[in-house]
Amino acid sequence: MPLDQTRQPPPKRLLFLLPVAVFGVLAVYFAVGLTKDSRRLESVLINTPAADFQLPAIKGRANPDREWGLETADFKGEVTLLNVFGSWCIACQVEHPFLMQLKQTSDVPIHAIDWREEDLDAGPNWLKHYGDPYALVGDDPVSKAAIAFGVTGAPETFIVDKQGVIRYRHIGPMNAEVWDDTIYPLVQELRKQ
Amino acid sequence: MIAELGIAELGIAELGHFALILAMFVAAAQVILPLVGAARNYEPWMAFGRPAAVAQFLLLAFAFGSLTYSFVVSDFSLAVVYQNSHTDKPLLYKITGVWANHEGSMLLWILILSMFGAAVAFFGANLPPTLRARVLGIQSLIAIGFYLFIIFTSNPFDRIVPPPANGAGMNPLLQDMGLALHPPMLYLGYVGFSIAFSFAIAALLEGRVDAAWGRWVRPWTLAAWAFLTGGIALGSWWAYYELGWGGWWFWDPVENASFMPWLAGTALLHSATMVEKRDTMKGWTIFLAIVTFSLSLLGTFLVRSGVLTSVHAFATDPARGVFILILLIVVTGGSLVLFAMRGPAMRNTGVFQPVSREGALLVNNLIMTTAAAAVLLGTLYPLFLDALDGGKVSVGPPYFNTVFIPLMLPMIAAMAVGPMLGWKRADLGAAMKRLWLAFILTIVTAIAVWAVASDGPVLAMVGMAMAVWLGVSILVELTERIRLFREPFASSLNRLVRTPRASWGMTLGHLGLAIAVAGMAGAGGWKQEAIQTMAPGDSVEVGGYTFTFEGATEGRGPNYYLTQGAFAVTREGEPVVTLYPENRRYPVRSMPTTEAAIHTMFTGDLYAVIGDPEGTDGAYVTRIYWNPLVVWMWAGSVIMAAAAGVSLSDRRFRVGVPRRRKAPAPAAAVKA
Repeated sequence: MPLDQTRQPPPKRLLFLLPVAVFGVLAVYFAVGLTKDSRRLESVLINTPAADFQLPAIKGRANPDREWGLETADFKGEVTLLNVFGSWCIACQVEHPFLMQLKQTSDVPIHAIDWREEDLDAGPNWLKHYGDPYALVGDDPVSKAAIAFGVTGAPETFIVDKQGVIRYRHIGPMNAEVWDDTIYPLVQELRKQ
Repeated sequence: MIAELGIAELGIAELGHFALILAMFVAAAQVILPLVGAARNYEPWMAFGRPAAVAQFLLLAFAFGSLTYSFVVSDFSLAVVYQNSHTDKPLLYKITGVWANHEGSMLLWILILSMFGAAVAFFGANLPPTLRARVLGIQSLIAIGFYLFIIFTSNPFDRIVPPPANGAGMNPLLQDMGLALHPPMLYLGYVGFSIAFSFAIAALLEGRVDAAWGRWVRPWTLAAWAFLTGGIALGSWWAYYELGWGGWWFWDPVENASFMPWLAGTALLHSATMVEKRDTMKGWTIFLAIVTFSLSLLGTFLVRSGVLTSVHAFATDPARGVFILILLIVVTGGSLVLFAMRGPAMRNTGVFQPVSREGALLVNNLIMTTAAAAVLLGTLYPLFLDALDGGKVSVGPPYFNTVFIPLMLPMIAAMAVGPMLGWKRADLGAAMKRLWLAFILTIVTAIAVWAVASDGPVLAMVGMAMAVWLGVSILVELTERIRLFREPFASSLNRLVRTPRASWGMTLGHLGLAIAVAGMAGAGGWKQEAIQTMAPGDSVEVGGYTFTFEGATEGRGPNYYLTQGAFAVTREGEPVVTLYPENRRYPVRSMPTTEAAIHTMFTGDLYAVIGDPEGTDGAYVTRIYWNPLVVWMWAGSVIMAAAAGVSLSDRRFRVGVPRRRKAPAPAAAVKA
């Protein structure tokens, strides 16, 4: 059948243009959507205060002046980071040298949850071996505190503001790029509030 | 610790990387030579398409094989192997780990794309040379977009220096047979629609669509549709037994991403029939072919770009999003512009009355595309609102159920009548009269269901009644077709045996849907659940069955620790089964998984899940479900996919080989 476009009435042509127009609108929305970071609000707990919890200190880190190793009150008064790790977690080993470096170079306190250890000695031994970059470490074998923060895996790092409100969650190993681009700027911003 | 890998093991990945890049250059030549050759009618250039398509497939198969090899020998110098594998992982999951991640799955995607291209080259000896050259050129043009995407944003052969000692493991939820098979099936479906798309674009370039075109497009669409049906069913089954909530469909963006092409593909399947048999609806069919594949691409964009969040989205990256968006604009936008230019010239010769087989197929098309649009709107609504700074929302099952179910009910009602109607012009009254038995049984079912489960939702009753309506009317249609009870039995049997396989495909496919609808109505409407803390010896009654908790034991599997609970199930004092649900903890990744214990029966599934311990007396949080008729849903899906296979085996349009006959078939095919 030969092409014959001259005899088509105009309204039909417009109908055939409709899909292009609809798709054009969709494409603009997609382009705008890409500029938004949907992951920032991924956790439902972001922008809510961490629920109350008390964790005992891990072995060898008990402090007679403190009843608990890590508790909700420790996250109030200044902007802090919470790092979730476990001796069983290979990606935590990848992240660890950077945390050791942060301990030397940065002024942000990093608290930690030693998560889901099968053995009470495993976490402390791991820190002895790789170095201990943390201010306070709570032992959480049964995910008590992990629930309060909405932890889904390890390693994860949370930013908690002066009022104890969870402001950001980074999933996976932290590195210089994440620190410089996201975490430290947000910490600075939160400190001004 | 792992064994040191020698230079030979490491070099395999390098060869694979090289093969991938080489395949891209072959693809570029496969776009230019056949398309230019077809435009200038220059035979040798057109002929280049076939060997090129085969070469592309072989190169990609080698690249994929070498990546698989790197996973098997745990070559952690490859970033993708490091991030997704571990030496402790069972071999099977090392292999399935190849596509359980973004980079590897994209390589699988393009491998399947090239496989379909090679299949057209292989089976396409009878195609007109210009059409074949154009189809292969377009197919390769799509591939180039994906080659660039893989090589520049998601290269599976990227190295880490120095290589880590061991891998980060694989998400334990993905260490599962059902999910291992789910992506390849789904991609065979998604990517299979690329053939219909390439044929549509080639037809627009050629400026002609005829019955032979329809006969070509339909089997490819049918094959893709069968795989997609299987892939969706497998994904839903996985969610059912692995996520441990007793649910099977969540209207999650990732699920919707596979469901939209299915809806559009179902419409395409039916409209291609009209092109093939009645030489009508050509422009619409071309449009559907474009839309179906575009929705497959859109699914890829939504899942991998991070514009929407989903419970099981891949690791997302906005840079990848930009790339896929450009690809989407080029492929979909470009083809829609071409359609707007060339589409109006499509001439339909077949005319028909509203009440006719064509009219019924049109009803199917309208409802299917409306349903696809409704799902698209619900899926994208959060994106629209966010783009307008309207805040973050999520559109949940209430929207989808409210919109989708009312659309499906009239469709099922019409599905029963459609096959009874003849082509061109039919008598609706006569067709309805022949359905008296189906009508009576539908009413009886509704009353019976009401009597038994009057406290259940009305929708479940309506769903069961509709399933009976559809199922019985299909059987009525079959008995009419073979003139059972009207002719001697031997004569009917003879007619039954001689029924074309394509007709069997329709009968079985629709029957599969009837069974699946019954399953959905039952599982959706009458599901019962109980969530509680149980100490050993405690019992709970769910769905008429008594579940007694007999305690839990701790143990370990090949690469995880587990808690295994035991539930003795009885019904009216008679023991039925003992269920052993597990809760597994994988040390390499922190995520625990639940392994629900499921006992499948004809009438429903007994489903038990064990959670975390509570207190010190051996008590655990437990979840018990009664899911009525849920197995009917999977059985119906399997029948639907198998029906497509039966239809494909029909001599009249065996994949790729439409025999050229002197006396054309249409006249014979028209007989109802």
